[in-house]
Amino acid sequence: MTLSTCLVLAAALFSIGVYGLLSRRQLVAILLSVELMANAGNIVFIAFSHFRGGSLGQVFTIFSLALTVAEVVVGLALVLLLYRRHGDTQVGLASEMKG
Amino acid sequence: METLAFSVVAACALLSAIAVVRSLDLVHAVLWLGVTLFATAALYAMLGASFIAGVQVLLYVGGVITLMIIGVMMTRRQSGAAARLERRWSEPAALAALAIFGTVTWAVVATDGLDAPAPPPAPSAADLGRALLHDHLLAFETVSMLLLAAMVGAIVISRRRDPGAVAKRPPVRAASASPVAPATSAEAAE
Repeated sequence: MTLSTCLVLAAALFSIGVYGLLSRRQLVAILLSVELMANAGNIVFIAFSHFRGGSLGQVFTIFSLALTVAEVVVGLALVLLLYRRHGDTQVGLASEMKG
Repeated sequence: METLAFSVVAACALLSAIAVVRSLDLVHAVLWLGVTLFATAALYAMLGASFIAGVQVLLYVGGVITLMIIGVMMTRRQSGAAARLERRWSEPAALAALAIFGTVTWAVVATDGLDAPAPPPAPSAADLGRALLHDHLLAFETVSMLLLAAMVGAIVISRRRDPGAVAKRPPVRAASASPVAPATSAEAAE
């Protein structure tokens, strides 16, 4: 377990998240992929904090956790709104502002 | 021993992450995300961040996954069919993901001196608390304001604007109104 392996693991998780973000069209599934990507970012913070010392990485991770939770809450509220408007949660439905 | 544990945890995280993005059932995808987050918490504990690992389990595996499942349940289609997920552009998406992974891996491999010989001692939870409430107090308070704003925003976005919308529920709910009559009248009074 070295810093490089942790970084490569985080990169793999992030790219899996990117794949999900691009290939899904259901809004909740897209939120799940964003969660995966944020999680990969947190792994990088913790890995650097462990292998380089200092508590700054862990402090950053705590803030990042709080931000991600806020994002999930607002995102689910938007999902609920989209469902009420259109009866479904496909992202393609929210295209009223398309020119 | 440490390498073996790391391999097991990393394999769990990667396989369940792939299951999150490949699963065709939304509820399964949410549950697989819980497995990924749990494996990540184990990884945090191995990296000397035991407090963050606890927070991760409590907040994510406990809170966010529950919230997501409630979100999935509330947005089920009326037909009662399982929420099937379809995929589009699978190959270009996989290509983009592979490109990002290749670039980052190349950057990691190409960087010299990344692996320090001996990691320094991990900060304790007391150090963490001191750093949070002493050095980064302003950021801490700002995050609390952000959480308040997110809470108010979620309520404002998701509440019903139309007061008569309760009466215009789909007939499925109206037919089974007798057992839930007190709740309905409470909502109407609101």
